[in-house]
Amino acid sequence: MTRALIVHRAGPQVTVQDRGRPGLLGQGLSQGGAADPIALAEGAALLRQPASHAALEMAGLGGSFEVTQDTRIALTGAPMQVSIDGQAVAWNASHLLRAGERLEIGAAARGNYGYLHLGGGVATEVVLGARAAHLAAGIGRALRPGDRLPLGDETRAEVGLTLDPEPRFAGGTVRFTRSMQTGLFAPEMLVRFQATAFQRDARGNRMGARLEFDGDPFAASGQLSILSEVIVPGDIQMTGDGTPFVLLGECQTTGGYPRIGTVIPADLPRVAQAGPGVALRFEVIDLDAGLEAQRRHVAALAKLPATIRPLLRDPAQMQDLLSYQLISGAISAHDDHLNGD
Amino acid sequence: MTDTQSFPRIAPVGIAGLLVSFADRLSEPANRAALAFRAAIEAAPPDGIEEVSTSLTSTFLRFDPLHLDHASLTAHLDALLKAQDWTRADLPGGRRHFRIPCVFGTDLAPQFDEAAQAAGLTAQAAIDSLTAARPRVLTIGFAPGQPYTGQLGPEWDIPRQTALTPRVPEGALVVAIRQLIIFSAPTQTGWRHIGQTAFRCFRPEADDPFALRPGDEISLRAITPAELDRIRAEDQTGQGGAEVEVIR
Repeated sequence: MTRALIVHRAGPQVTVQDRGRPGLLGQGLSQGGAADPIALAEGAALLRQPASHAALEMAGLGGSFEVTQDTRIALTGAPMQVSIDGQAVAWNASHLLRAGERLEIGAAARGNYGYLHLGGGVATEVVLGARAAHLAAGIGRALRPGDRLPLGDETRAEVGLTLDPEPRFAGGTVRFTRSMQTGLFAPEMLVRFQATAFQRDARGNRMGARLEFDGDPFAASGQLSILSEVIVPGDIQMTGDGTPFVLLGECQTTGGYPRIGTVIPADLPRVAQAGPGVALRFEVIDLDAGLEAQRRHVAALAKLPATIRPLLRDPAQMQDLLSYQLISGAISAHDDHLNGD
Repeated sequence: MTDTQSFPRIAPVGIAGLLVSFADRLSEPANRAALAFRAAIEAAPPDGIEEVSTSLTSTFLRFDPLHLDHASLTAHLDALLKAQDWTRADLPGGRRHFRIPCVFGTDLAPQFDEAAQAAGLTAQAAIDSLTAARPRVLTIGFAPGQPYTGQLGPEWDIPRQTALTPRVPEGALVVAIRQLIIFSAPTQTGWRHIGQTAFRCFRPEADDPFALRPGDEISLRAITPAELDRIRAEDQTGQGGAEVEVIR
């Protein structure tokens, strides 16, 4: 029998996500995929499996889950309350979930999107090259109680690993580069945009984050007669009422609102993970600085597997340590990372 | 601020994209240029190009900037732009004509009368005008498989509404600024809902999920709501009763 994940309860937006569907812009389909691609890479590193595997993305609220056979799991992204059969376990870590145990994931303490990764990955049907739900396009849907998701094969047994996540859940400064329409904004508007403190509106979704602020609206010259033009994730568009909207992976592929610039990929998860009320500021950087940031970002993601360490080693995580021991005591036969440690 | 730079022009889109624009207003030659330029790049893509697409009057390239630097790609595009007059290029090959059944007006398309009035036409004249037109798919965008078609006659240069209609259904025919769209999914919109078809632009379950391509042409055949019901009951393909012929 194939291994499966059973959904007993799910928050309103728990979806299957992977790296999405690049290459279909010309067909009107945006890439989509995990709102926080860093979290996807972290989960893959913790389980030592390919970053192409699909995981569950949980917006704001998790759910209650069970597996039909013992399965490794990892938890990344926005930290959420989590327990296995009532026993708290560590976030940003991998664990063994035994068949029949109840995994309960609650609300996000910080950030928006938490991720549940499963050994072997979620193996639902591939549509147009990916498993990711693209809600705006009507591909896939939010999970519901009673759903049973097949899991891929795996041979590894290593759990009890952790990593230090790149900080991205507390807002801060977001870097962007000039884009094709930046010149439509007056220079003083660009200055004011960078001097303004924004807060992410609670109405944001996988398509984009609306930013609230105090002050006059932002507008480009000739705003109403701009021809619809290609949109990429990270574009900062000024909507009709002068409110900025940072577009995320599941955005539409074209739009007629002017873009003041484009957030660099390295900083976009910081926008996606900014919870309501968290302050965000924007800073324009030149292309070379943007490329240097991209180089570091790509290198950091590639290095993630080398940063994984046993959960036991960090005395600051005593609470987690205790829960880890309870679990690892039950799975010592599989726990190969402790050998020779 | 008016941008006085001439066309075609190359501009950045984020750190991993370049946009080649042929005009800042919609025109047939600019659309033709964008499509032909895209085809030329796709025929011989420089290493590092990850995706090429078109909007109404521009070609977009997404690439890996750590593999292909901006200066090299810009030089390549400059040379390609100078190689020919792209506004006079051939349209894409394999173009098709879709003749799509459509209910105009009635409670299925409640803004038909208002749109006809905005165009200065009687209801019958508006239907005659719309069924005689054969607009071309200028671009696919916004939502999966969704065609922007044009251009209609100048009488249809009616603006978008300032207020959005909260929801029009899949297959809705909407009009503004001399263009027609058939919506690929239910959506809110500022365009006026003047017709209803059973044509599905996006068929994720099909081998070829995107029904239309840029360069294809559409025309509309007026039917009654009863006929639309019959088509919906019988059609399993998403074609919505459309007849398709290859344009030669």
